[in-house]
Amino acid sequence: MFNSLSDSLENAFKNLRGDGKISEKNISDALREVRLALLEADVDFTVAKKFIANVKEQALGEKVLKSVKPSEQIVKIFHDELTTLLGGDNEPLDLTPPARIMMVGLNGAGKTTTSAKLAARLKKEGRRPLLVACDLYRPAAIDQLATLAKQIDVPVYTPDPSETDLVKVAKDALKWADGQNGTLMIFDTAGRQEIDEKLIGELKELHQFLSPKETLLVADAATGQQAVSVASHFDEAVGITGIVLTKLDGDARGGAALSMRTITGKPIKYAGEGEKIEDFTEFHPERMAGRILDM
Amino acid sequence: NKVRNRAEIDWEELEADLIGADLGAKLTMTIVDELQDLGRKISADDVVETAKKHIAAILPEDLADLQPREDGLPHVILMVGVNGTGKTTSTAKLAQSLKKQGHSVVVAAADTFRAAAVEQLEVWADRVQIPVVKGAPNADPSSVCYKAHQQAIATGAQFLILDTAGRLHTRHNLMAELEKIERTIGKQDPSAPHTKMIVVDATTGGNALQQAREFNKAIALDSLVVTKLDGSGKGGIIVSIYQELQIAPRYIGMGEEAHQFKRFKKQEFVEEIM
Ligand SMILES: Nc1nc2c(ncn2[C@@H]2O[C@H](COP(=O)(O)OP(=O)(O)OP(=O)(O)O)[C@@H](O)[C@H]2O)c(=O)[nH]1
Ligand SMILES: Nc1nc2c(ncn2[C@@H]2O[C@H](COP(=O)(O)OP(=O)(O)OP(=O)(O)O)[C@@H](O)[C@H]2O)c(=O)[nH]1
Ligand SMILES: [K+]
Ligand SMILES: [Mg+2]
Ligand SMILES: [Mg+2]
Repeated sequence: MFNSLSDSLENAFKNLRGDGKISEKNISDALREVRLALLEADVDFTVAKKFIANVKEQALGEKVLKSVKPSEQIVKIFHDELTTLLGGDNEPLDLTPPARIMMVGLNGAGKTTTSAKLAARLKKEGRRPLLVACDLYRPAAIDQLATLAKQIDVPVYTPDPSETDLVKVAKDALKWADGQNGTLMIFDTAGRQEIDEKLIGELKELHQFLSPKETLLVADAATGQQAVSVASHFDEAVGITGIVLTKLDGDARGGAALSMRTITGKPIKYAGEGEKIEDFTEFHPERMAGRILDM
Repeated sequence: NKVRNRAEIDWEELEADLIGADLGAKLTMTIVDELQDLGRKISADDVVETAKKHIAAILPEDLADLQPREDGLPHVILMVGVNGTGKTTSTAKLAQSLKKQGHSVVVAAADTFRAAAVEQLEVWADRVQIPVVKGAPNADPSSVCYKAHQQAIATGAQFLILDTAGRLHTRHNLMAELEKIERTIGKQDPSAPHTKMIVVDATTGGNALQQAREFNKAIALDSLVVTKLDGSGKGGIIVSIYQELQIAPRYIGMGEEAHQFKRFKKQEFVEEIM
């Protein structure tokens, strides 16, 4: 649809080259290209606007305008700022006892898979994770987590599929955990839409009961303009402590990362890069910045 | 509605509203350009009307219900899409909807990869009272489809719905697997599969178009299901998908329950999105 950002910027600035004069028009054209690139990458509109406003002064500094290739300089500045913003204050998970991690998010985002991936990773680091199935809605959700738990050889608490009281399940799971040789618990919850008040209310109740140290929002990298609504609703409801971005093995530009990071101020902790347990890594802010800016 | 309540037009904000509905940058620019060309003071109604007009002009007329084949062989529906969009749920919902219209339906659990994918469809099949055909764990999905097709033919079922595993459109080997399923289904009935449906999540942004493009390259899609319209997503991406690929929206999903599923209605969609 559009050329890559660098190409577009090249165009916006090409008139500069000849006589070296910078016009208002060139500058605003260049910034518009950056804005379009962000929108094309599904960054939320207001987030994109704010981000550009914040970086604008720098991008229009003397050094840039006098440089041989101002367009490249501008892209570099945006890239660096984006990297800093996406990567800021990403601390390790708080695993001081009682270490509880709750996974939340939209339907199909990747919570169950990520619960198992995270458990496998923590186990590798020498910890003793326990998994708890708290999805009482989706058909065979409990089976799914149990199957994954078996694959990675991690103990899992599975409620009876006919159980409907979520807090009771959590209580029973805590009791169960007492008899297990575990040091931390990961709670997989059911997917829900962020505007579904009933289901969000239920999630809040579970969260209150557990008071987990970590509440991770699991979000699909291909999320579009709803990213802000999703992240802010979940954050308001249960106070998320971090974000896991999934399905980064696809080719979505992933602007949702910037939107969710900006709106909640919460760090992006991990990245899902495939369906297999081992397709799970630390989040790489620099790669993400390049992806969003399409370079 | 945001657009309607605005006293003065701020072009950037207007762009934001249209892009916010996932209409995509291209259609948004077309609409904004047309409004700017009106050369007079723009009212909120102008915006709404212009956008509706463009969307309505792009989308096709509503499709009729899927019909049983006249040759007596099952109408085979192949469900595809990236991970987690709602294929399995939509398979069950569609099965129930066809059953309610008086048709006999069989579903096939052709996701032999994901943990408990077969069990998930089995629970659904039990709920909506539809026979399900499955294979051995980790069996070749094509062989499951073949077996299900055989059974559907033998029992005289009018519809067979194949629920396939989620796969990212960037994975060439998995796209090739879909092509193999298509070939396999053609063995017992060269005209099958008759309906090839991609399931797209309304929460997805611009990437949904890329998904549709790549699946379309592999198996020439004809229908689209948009799911999770009960969320905040408006599903505007289906406009770009139809415009570029002529993959017609056929059903929408609006919840996790079997009845939260209906035929796509262009008029309702156009009203809803603005
Ligand atoms: N390609 C890819 N697929 C993923 C990734 N993470 C999860 N998936 C797939 O996405 C689909 C949904 O994953 P689940 O873990 O079931 O998602 P969920 O959030 O638990 O879903 P609900 O519980 O129904 O809300 C499955 O097909 C997973 O295999 C990832 O990083 N990459
Ligand atoms: N709110 C809502 N949730 C839906 C809708 N359709 C499906 N879901 C949910 O989305 C999640 C994923 O649905 P599935 O049917 O398992 O998706 P899938 O495409 O088969 O997933 P994979 O086979 O893992 O690729 C589940 O939690 C479903 O309940 C819908 O229209 N609205
Ligand atoms: K909606
Ligand atoms: Mg789950
Ligand atoms: Mg499925």
